[in-house]
Amino acid sequence: MTAIKAGGPKSKEERAAEKERQRLLKYYSASQWTLIWWRFRRHRAAMVAAAILGVMALLGIFAEFVAPYGPTTRDTNYLDGPPQIPMFCDDNGCSWSPFIHGVKTERDPVTLRAISVPDPEQRLYVTFLPQGEEVTVLGLFTTKTHLFGLEEGGKLHLWGTDSLGRDVFSRTIYATRTSLSIGVLGVMISFVLALMIGGIAGYSGGLVDAGIQRITEIIRVIPVIPLYMGLAAAMPKEWSTTQVYFAMTIILGLFGWPTLARRIRSQLLSIRNEDYVVAARLAGAKPKRIIAQHMLPSFTSFIIVDLVISFPYMILSETALSFVGLGLRPPAVSWGVLLQQAQSVRVIEQTPWLFIPAAFVVIAVLAFTVIGDGLRDAADPYSEAR
Amino acid sequence: MLRFTIKRLIGMAVTMFFVSLMVFLIMELPPGDYADRYAFRKYSGTGVNVTQADIQAIRADLGLDKPLIFRYFDWIGNIVLRGDFGQAFAFETSVVKVIGDKVWLTLAILGVTLIITYAVSIPIGIYAAVKRGSAADYGLTIFSYLGLALPNFLLALILLYFANLWLGADVGGLFSPEYQRAPWSFGKFLNLLGHLWLPAFVLAWSAVAYQLQTVRATMSDELNKLSVTAARARGVPEGKLLVKYPARLAINPVVSTIGFDVNRIFSELPIVAAVLGLTELGELLLKAYLDLDMYVAGAILLLLTFVIVFMNFVSDILLAWLDPRIKLGG
Repeated sequence: MTAIKAGGPKSKEERAAEKERQRLLKYYSASQWTLIWWRFRRHRAAMVAAAILGVMALLGIFAEFVAPYGPTTRDTNYLDGPPQIPMFCDDNGCSWSPFIHGVKTERDPVTLRAISVPDPEQRLYVTFLPQGEEVTVLGLFTTKTHLFGLEEGGKLHLWGTDSLGRDVFSRTIYATRTSLSIGVLGVMISFVLALMIGGIAGYSGGLVDAGIQRITEIIRVIPVIPLYMGLAAAMPKEWSTTQVYFAMTIILGLFGWPTLARRIRSQLLSIRNEDYVVAARLAGAKPKRIIAQHMLPSFTSFIIVDLVISFPYMILSETALSFVGLGLRPPAVSWGVLLQQAQSVRVIEQTPWLFIPAAFVVIAVLAFTVIGDGLRDAADPYSEAR
Repeated sequence: MLRFTIKRLIGMAVTMFFVSLMVFLIMELPPGDYADRYAFRKYSGTGVNVTQADIQAIRADLGLDKPLIFRYFDWIGNIVLRGDFGQAFAFETSVVKVIGDKVWLTLAILGVTLIITYAVSIPIGIYAAVKRGSAADYGLTIFSYLGLALPNFLLALILLYFANLWLGADVGGLFSPEYQRAPWSFGKFLNLLGHLWLPAFVLAWSAVAYQLQTVRATMSDELNKLSVTAARARGVPEGKLLVKYPARLAINPVVSTIGFDVNRIFSELPIVAAVLGLTELGELLLKAYLDLDMYVAGAILLLLTFVIVFMNFVSDILLAWLDPRIKLGG
């Protein structure tokens, strides 16, 4: 009895100790990025947010395939139509495959407006991978196949249509690409600027640094959206959609750098006189090499955090500018452009589905913020040993 | 303190000088100039044939044919010396007349927004820090996230919708129709206050979300300080202790970011104003940009930035008064 008692826990302890040793071995031999990944993985909310953003990005990349119709394709039989939600059952019984009701036109008894109402007698079944408009996916291959649609050439408007009969779902998917890519390009531009400006300021210090600090301060003091608006207003009216798009990324990137530049500068200043930096300098390395090879890697993870956090500002700024008509202009579609149609209270009352793009904005911004938080916790994996 | 104040005043003047340069550059950005737009606007559709010479005459008349740097000094000189912000061509009158009392309306909105922001974020932030990890704390964190993620125009629309539903139609804008053009009176003032809460609420929303985080974070740090433990050991009552040690210090970062809050509020103002139909500077700025009425836009941008710079100055002075160590450093 006593032997078992003494032996049991002891071997258990030993096994636990062995396991712990293995764990620590794995921990101590892991690279910095592995550690960051491990710690990030434990942040449940951030993982979910990353997955959501991943899906959004995929939707945007394969917009032509996912969206059943083009962003400007009109369905004149279904203007201002409410969302058509596929169902399995109706008054006439159930079916195994989802269907929607057909549409017939009637007059509103009060306003005498022509309105589209569902026709419960007619069933249109939802099909996957149907043939539709010919599109070019990824700019590489053309296809007529879309992710889903209606059989017999019917039109499925999952999230309804706007006043011109354009499919809100398709437009939102296309807008996702525009809005996210503007964010990416804007962040990239501001990152390059921040790297150069912050790098010069932090590496040289002294007068140069003081001057750059002054400029940064002045840019930060002017309210951002009015400043963006001023630059966006200057875009010539005759510019093409593509020109406006790139101009917008430049405008957003042009003034997004101060926060990041400040971070890079202060980090560089704090490690400027570390031994390994001095050693590199004495070895005759050029400033560019010292910054890129020796100094930046020590705080790359923090830069990534700042980059992720700056996404929401880009997306919200773009949305705001397009919303008031100073950013992207139709026929371009972005979340802001789509929301331009939802500027009044009347829209909430009559066609609330036009607000669906707003949900995308909120979700994207939330996701970036949560990921940023998760990354910030993970960015310094040595802060407490695990 | 006097030296510190003077130093900051000089810094403010220098900043404003550079800001004015930037604003002027933005005014110059749109293709064509005031003369082109003026001629186009005045004579388009009237059948009058405007020649290049006519435009040139207007240009010379307004001094627009001078080099950039001279025009800048003309512009800023008139503002500083005469308070003349130039001509607003869309309204065919001076910018000062167009802006008029909208400055005060804007400042009223700003004031109410700031009061709401601090009245809400400071006590609640302190509460969240004291009750860390409680349900209330998590709720507030979620609110903060939402406050940062919800586009303000969306919030404005939603609120406007519910206000219309519950309170009747008279909530948008800044005045009821009968007061819109009426001269200032006590009744009009009350009417304004009745309309201010909606924009102030919308604008305060994200400012509160941001400050809440700041107050909570600083307060959490301060609560772990030894001074708090020592006071607790001496038997200082919990409520008094909170006010005396950590809360006092938790306010500092809030004070130091007043300018930042004003910046954020002004940044959101044009869009919120457009949605809510507020007749103040933000809305006018947006209109001016859309019309390319750049003298109006420049004047407003300059005024808004001036308020921000001024509030930065106020916050510096307040901070130096609250925490005398600042003076030695700055």
